Amino acid sequence: MSTARERILRDLHIALKRGPLAAEQRTALDAERPAHIRPAFDEDLIARFVRKFESRSGTVARVATLAEVPEAVEQYRTAKGLPPRAAIGAALAGLAWPQEWAIHHGAAAIDETLALSRAETGVAETGSLMLCSGPESPTTHNFVPDDHVVVLEAAKVVRHFEDAWVVLRQRPGGIPRATNFVSGPSRTADVEQTIQLGAHGPRRVHVILVGG
Amino acid sequence: MEIRSKEFKERAVFAIHDASLQQALGKARGGFVGKRAQQAAELPEFEALREEAKNRKNAILGHLDHWLERYEAAVTAAGGQVHWARDAAEAREIILGICKRVGARTVTKGKSMVSEEIGLNEALIEHGMEVVETDLGEYIIQLAHEPPSHIIAPAVHKTKDQVSDLFVAAHGGPRKTEVADLVNEARQVLRDKYFRSDVGITGGNYLVAETGSSVIVTNEGNGDLTQTLAKVHIVTSGIERVVPTLDDVTLFLRLLARSATGQETETYTTFSTGPRRAGDPDGPEEYHVVLVDNGRSKMLGGRFREMLRCIRCGACMNHCPVYGSVGGHAYGWVYPGPMGSVLTPLIKGLDNAYDLPNACTLNGRCASVCPVKIPLPDLLRELRHLQHRQELSPAIQRHALTAWRFVATRPKLYRAGEWIAVRLLKALARNGSLRKFPFAEGWTAARDLPAPAGKSFIEQWKSRRGQS
Repeated sequence: MSTARERILRDLHIALKRGPLAAEQRTALDAERPAHIRPAFDEDLIARFVRKFESRSGTVARVATLAEVPEAVEQYRTAKGLPPRAAIGAALAGLAWPQEWAIHHGAAAIDETLALSRAETGVAETGSLMLCSGPESPTTHNFVPDDHVVVLEAAKVVRHFEDAWVVLRQRPGGIPRATNFVSGPSRTADVEQTIQLGAHGPRRVHVILVGG
Repeated sequence: MEIRSKEFKERAVFAIHDASLQQALGKARGGFVGKRAQQAAELPEFEALREEAKNRKNAILGHLDHWLERYEAAVTAAGGQVHWARDAAEAREIILGICKRVGARTVTKGKSMVSEEIGLNEALIEHGMEVVETDLGEYIIQLAHEPPSHIIAPAVHKTKDQVSDLFVAAHGGPRKTEVADLVNEARQVLRDKYFRSDVGITGGNYLVAETGSSVIVTNEGNGDLTQTLAKVHIVTSGIERVVPTLDDVTLFLRLLARSATGQETETYTTFSTGPRRAGDPDGPEEYHVVLVDNGRSKMLGGRFREMLRCIRCGACMNHCPVYGSVGGHAYGWVYPGPMGSVLTPLIKGLDNAYDLPNACTLNGRCASVCPVKIPLPDLLRELRHLQHRQELSPAIQRHALTAWRFVATRPKLYRAGEWIAVRLLKALARNGSLRKFPFAEGWTAARDLPAPAGKSFIEQWKSRRGQS
């Protein structure tokens, strides 16, 4: 008896009125990489990223160098009245975090209040952060805590999603287990189409833009 | 999910008289339409993208077998496992098998219309598992023991008051009345479920052959918590959702959020590629994809292939005057509105959903907003043809059409009949309109039929030309 896989593929061949494709046809299809229409814009990439990200209730602070990031985070933490603890992706472990903080680099726990991540890139087209999973940036950091602070280096901001794919394809190890595009705080409109922030993911997403 | 599309007429009448439903539909109607129009207007490339998406999807469907095989190979290379299911029963068996093998007690779910299509929740619950829908809308209707009434806003038919009542019944008091408090209450309850979950099930908006990734798009982040925190992640997806490259995903993403919720992008777009890797501090230990055919390969071979372009945005139902009046539940199965009126008879059988293709005014708004340009009114008309040919339509309708053809193809007979009819109707009219019309009482019960002029157009044309 044939498997479901074989029978579905056979049904597809019947539907397409042909047999399986020949090897050279397959190779030709795989080589096809059609480029699609991209939204055109003249705006400065950083200005656009910030404008778009803020339009969806995200917030942005700017610093000149990576070394200034811990102080910017400390300002954010005290302004929001958060306890002195954080889940910090290993990508940011090397920064001089305040001595009195309780920090860890593992997965976010259910009572995690603040997480810090370093974005792989930012997409100016829609003002979206691209975060890549791994010890450098655990996925739970992006979704579990109420406050998520993301460090984005201005030099890493790209124009379109297509440019982000180039970054992803060139990455050592290729595409990560989870590639998360985050375009602001979690939201829902499921009760009477009223927009409410902080549905399940972070209530606030704060970008610290470095340089530029 | 049991199909109740045969009750469409009764359910539609019931819906029109349901004050809460009408209140909820009234609130939803303007929002979706206005926001989508604004997004479309703000992107000069929008119309060109629709055309390109249509053409690209057609090209992909022409080699669907190849892209599925490529996708499967890429998932396997990333450490995941692909399962193939010809129908709903096979898909349920596969997922039940995985859940039982890992001893699942709690199963969390992100929004997945395919899981509704295959009746997954009922099957898991029957086997003693706790199933928790985590999309807020899905959670609300799960508490209400109702199916979704919209593919992207499943609880669009519920008022805030009704949600408050459901939450009191499920979580205990005190009763919340503010949207923020209701959302927060669900957040707290569901948070615990994510962390206790054994299996997390999500849909797959796109399956990327290039990388072996499945893609979900959400605003809440519930799908991400579901798939990241459970020990096992299972993706349920239709076989038509595969696309070759990341660039292709982008093409469809540029249309999806704008058409669905009228946003430039949803908050979260996530690409999942295999299970947790060495050194990863989080993520599922197993990653499975269940590819569901359930009538799709058949659609590919016939005149309904264009329906496989559907990206499940819901724009067609948001713009449909029939959906806007009766809501999603009247349609009686998983997919409502114009896209549902095509899919339901094709998946569940023409005879199980006779009224759906007929509950359409052919006004064409759905086709004019469809991001992949599916000619929905044409497909609905095609379904009516099939119903007629298979003699599923009422005998009186078929005889009437036969009689009409006999007369309409004989011009002299037609004109004679017309000569009598326009005079007879004029004579029957009172104050320029007919209050009742034989065989069309349903139509005249709610409105008057304007009376004809008493002479046919051709008669009037001849007499006026004679004057000049």
